[in-house]
Amino acid sequence: MSEKDKNKNFTKASSLWGEVGEGRRYMKLSGLEPLVLNENSNFINVGERTNVAGSRKFLRLIKEEKFDEALDIARHQVDGGAQIIDINMDDGLIDGKEAMVRFLNLIAAEPDICRVPIMIDSSKWEIIEAGLQVVQGKCVVNSISLKEGEEKFIWEATQIKRYGAAVIVMAFDEVGQADNYKRRIEIAKRSYDILVNKVGFASEDIIFDLNIFPVATGMEEHRKNAIDFIEATKWVRENLPNVSVSGGVSNVSFSFRGNNTVREAMHSVFLYYAIQNGMNMGIVNPAMLEVYDDIPKDLLEHVEDVILDRRDDATERLLNFAETVKGTSKEKTADLSWRENPLQDRITHALVKGIDAFIIEDVEQARQEAKAPIEVIEGHLMIGMNVVGDLFGAGKMFLPQVVKSARVMKKAVAYLNPFIEAAKSDKSEPVGKILMATVKGDVHDIGKNIVSVVLACNNYEIVDLGVMVPPEKIIQTAIDERVDAIGLSGLITPSLDEMVYLAKEMQRQNFELPLLIGGATTSKAHTAVKIDTQYKNAVVHVNDASRAVTVVGDLLNKKSSHLYTAKLKKDYDEFRTKFLKRGKEKSYISIDEARKRKYKIDWETSEIKKPNELGIQVLKQLSLKELLPFIDWSPFFRSWDLHGKFPDILTDKVVGEQASIMYEEAQQMIAEIIANQFLKPKAVFGLFEANSINEDDIEVSIKPNRNKNVISSNVEKSQNNKVVFRTLRQQLKKREGIPNHALADFIAPKETNKTDYIGAFCVGIFGAQELAESYKAKEDDYNAIMAQAIADRFAEAFAEYLHKQIRTKHWGYSADEELTNDDLIKENYKGIRPAPGYPACPDHLEKETIWDLLKVEENIGVTLTESLAMWPAAAVSGYYFANEEAKYFGLGKITDDQLTDYSERKGITKEKARKWLHPNLAN
Amino acid sequence: MSINIYKALQERILVLDGAMGTMLQAYKFTEEDFRGKRFKDYPTPLQGNNDLLSITQPEAIKTIHGKYFDAGADIVETNTFSGTTIAMADYQMEDLVYELNYQSAKIAKEVANEFTAKEPHKPRFVAGSIGPTNRTASMSPDVNDPGYRAVTFDELRIAYKQQTEALLDGGADVLLVETVFDTLNAKAALFAIEQVKEERNIEVPIMLSGTITDASGRTLSGQTAEAFLISVSHIPLLSVGFNCALGANLLQPHLEAIANKTEFAISAHPNAGLPNAFGEYDETPEEMGEQIEEYLKKNLINIIGGCCGTSPEHIKVIAEIASKYKPRAHPSIPSQREGKYSTL
Repeated sequence: MSEKDKNKNFTKASSLWGEVGEGRRYMKLSGLEPLVLNENSNFINVGERTNVAGSRKFLRLIKEEKFDEALDIARHQVDGGAQIIDINMDDGLIDGKEAMVRFLNLIAAEPDICRVPIMIDSSKWEIIEAGLQVVQGKCVVNSISLKEGEEKFIWEATQIKRYGAAVIVMAFDEVGQADNYKRRIEIAKRSYDILVNKVGFASEDIIFDLNIFPVATGMEEHRKNAIDFIEATKWVRENLPNVSVSGGVSNVSFSFRGNNTVREAMHSVFLYYAIQNGMNMGIVNPAMLEVYDDIPKDLLEHVEDVILDRRDDATERLLNFAETVKGTSKEKTADLSWRENPLQDRITHALVKGIDAFIIEDVEQARQEAKAPIEVIEGHLMIGMNVVGDLFGAGKMFLPQVVKSARVMKKAVAYLNPFIEAAKSDKSEPVGKILMATVKGDVHDIGKNIVSVVLACNNYEIVDLGVMVPPEKIIQTAIDERVDAIGLSGLITPSLDEMVYLAKEMQRQNFELPLLIGGATTSKAHTAVKIDTQYKNAVVHVNDASRAVTVVGDLLNKKSSHLYTAKLKKDYDEFRTKFLKRGKEKSYISIDEARKRKYKIDWETSEIKKPNELGIQVLKQLSLKELLPFIDWSPFFRSWDLHGKFPDILTDKVVGEQASIMYEEAQQMIAEIIANQFLKPKAVFGLFEANSINEDDIEVSIKPNRNKNVISSNVEKSQNNKVVFRTLRQQLKKREGIPNHALADFIAPKETNKTDYIGAFCVGIFGAQELAESYKAKEDDYNAIMAQAIADRFAEAFAEYLHKQIRTKHWGYSADEELTNDDLIKENYKGIRPAPGYPACPDHLEKETIWDLLKVEENIGVTLTESLAMWPAAAVSGYYFANEEAKYFGLGKITDDQLTDYSERKGITKEKARKWLHPNLAN
Repeated sequence: MSINIYKALQERILVLDGAMGTMLQAYKFTEEDFRGKRFKDYPTPLQGNNDLLSITQPEAIKTIHGKYFDAGADIVETNTFSGTTIAMADYQMEDLVYELNYQSAKIAKEVANEFTAKEPHKPRFVAGSIGPTNRTASMSPDVNDPGYRAVTFDELRIAYKQQTEALLDGGADVLLVETVFDTLNAKAALFAIEQVKEERNIEVPIMLSGTITDASGRTLSGQTAEAFLISVSHIPLLSVGFNCALGANLLQPHLEAIANKTEFAISAHPNAGLPNAFGEYDETPEEMGEQIEEYLKKNLINIIGGCCGTSPEHIKVIAEIASKYKPRAHPSIPSQREGKYSTL
């Protein structure tokens, strides 16, 4: 029969007390979980073994500071059915206050213990108060009394009330301890009145300990000890509303020490009657308790005679009888049936339950069965930790339990480490040093700790900075400790920004260390989009500990880390692109609403520069040499799967040699191309008066063209000298204050009566196709691709060159800008040149408007394919916006209302619009 | 003033304001803005110290309070979430704690008084926000040393006492101990408040609001909702409830877990849903309103508002919905158990 069943014995009897008056209030206590009394409550069982006065073993463990084993005693109590655990450190040879605080703090980290309420047991107020200050749940103070007068009693009770604890009041006053019925009820009544009326103590939070004294001592005055207690209990429960009655049950059988059979029977009998009469909690060792119904009839009769003082010779009769039943002790042990399970199940069980008692022997067995000790970590233990992770994720385990699992893991690993060391051929240094920190403002560190543990298991040295670590400290420690990688963790959302900030700082201080990101709110998406972009070295999102080992291994492998980093970078880049394209789970606002939230430029103050040269111009005679300084080489290497920034990539340890060869070859080909004029750059561009109209359209006015070399648009005759660009507006619902952009916002609305301007352009590099074909004809695919890659670079360089000419000369709004090529690549200039088909204006159809406006095909020969791609492929077209507030943005998804509106504005069917805008449609 | 809030609480569901941080983000204050003239040469970076804005950008704080009152809030929270010496140590601003709290309460009270003067039938209240600090009294930040504590009860009590005094001096009508992730921290705050009440011989209504963080439905320090309730019910509270970490729908089971177990009023200020991958909150006022209406249909609530990601638009919708429902019935205050209230 289990401990729980035993408690049932006492259930029915106590229901008697559920009928006392209306408005009855019940005591409520809490550990991590509630303990609420009600009219149907079982007897509340208080564990007594964590008491230095009551357990010699516990006292020894505390004296020897073996707190781990002391915790096992507490755990054993809870497993055995204790609903509250009594903790007492009153011993002359220990610092009771320090021991109490230390033990309670340790218990707080053991969720299978601290799920029950704590009873803080001391005769010293100082120890009680120290205990109250470290327990989050609602405790019971054991105890206070009138022993030293009312004043002290009131003061202590007031403090206890303020700390939020229930209290045990001993039947003790200035005269002494109550040892008969009358004294018991007298002191109880007086204490109750003071507590309720003077202190304002909640009556349901008062527990009386009415003093359980031994019976069958052989002394006449002890004969009524049990029955007086039981009767006083009845009086107190009937006359002092809402209170509880408690007591230390084992006292009653004190004279039968050594005869557990009798003691267990005495405890059961005593409780059986005391509970019927209203005792509703007590300090009972559940392992020292027989089930009332299971007590042999003859023993029962003898014991009842003593407890209830039914016969004058009761004591003698029981003593004689006791000799016949001596020595069948049955100390209960915890349920160890799980020890019968297969090895992996046992290890998993130990990790999930946080039990470290058997982990060493299990791990040892696993080690003997495994080929190498490390396999135990990577196999058995990781399998168990994955179960922990799954349970945590599913809300079936909570934080402190997982921390405990991690500690069992650590213990197992500590045991395995010497074997792992020994198994290594050469003397091993730590394979790397990893800094781990939970970022500023965040206290959550479970993920970090698990990763730390697992990494430490794999022979990494961990520098754990704990939680809420400011970025400066992370940076400084990384430098001081010469770590090999930094791991950041965070649970709450502001931590995400902290991580971004740290990545920025690492970049600013030219760090090269890999950055690991983990924690519940982190995601590959956030890492790829927000963090990876801030830091040029490796950034990797690692949310499960088992993966951390391989990731860190790859990152720190001196031979392959560069390749791995390059791969990571590429992976995140692709992921990012995919992610940003993908419809986020976001809500959208109507196009009307979005227009109300347009980006607002103050047109009263915004500077509008009239272009120096209005109208269309064609450039055909430009030398490729002019474009050379504008080439951005990084994408060139990227097209060959060589990752890194130019020119650093040329000296890169891994890809540098290959990159240098390619660069050399590209230079040779360029020289050849220039010498033979294999490639010809051509461009057409125009600058026009313009105003935004109807919120999202840009009306362009075309003046008669006087340039004879340029084929002018026929729109000027047919459409009242106007052509209209249609722009698309962001509809994503954003935070207050964040606008919904459309390109039209960067051009002054017609209503302002201010003339604004816009430009359009197309540049193309001709001849690449032919050149590539000529190489292919010679079976030289390498140079064929090289030729196309170079042509692409020239097209981009041309667009960059032309934009600069526009800014400084043709339009002239930044006449005196001084920008390096690097600045250009970073787009550090004023004004933008967005291209149809790209994020700000994804509608490729708008190219047709540019082609009409600039007569692109007629002027330079760049054509549009059926799918609106440009031919030759090495071509760039777009608009020019000059306003200094103009900036690039991504349209994101739009909804059906804008699609309808757009198709109507543009004069095309909705079907056609849908076809072209498909990737940008929400849902 | 405090007697009014008891009266108002009997009559209707009171509306608390929404997020302060989210509103401040829109201002995009720079390091320079945070510093203002007064802290131009302060040795530590100050950007992100939102509480400081009560001194350096008081107009912004006032404007936000005003927007929430406009939206229908009965109670606004002071901009003092981190206003303890413990939390301010990050910025080396421990010495400013009194002033920060005093000014924040004063600003909020001024705005509240303006609105009360305009609409005397709907008095507006100021709740002094008392945050959890950045340390936990019942958990170790060091996994290798589970018995270690980064802060003690007394350190918290002293810090909270100072904050409480300043908030009351500045004019706070109510104290709101909120976002409680470690119950022991909250108990220290309650202890401190009780001391102030005793020393000044006053009564102050206290709202207390915990935070359920885990999927398991527990606080960060591991307590169930009911265990949390029991652990803080020793002080007579105006209200108890939950805020932050979860959106309105996920918060509901936890409110249900405590609503029929307490005589105190029940409050909730959930987030605007769960954050997305970028830490932003997406839930629209209408979506949130619908979920909150579920609370009200079930008669769970006395005080309702918003936490992270909520804006005046959210509060407006919530206030409109709240006006259609009766408050959850709870024993009238003054309580029979606390004779002191009868003198108010």
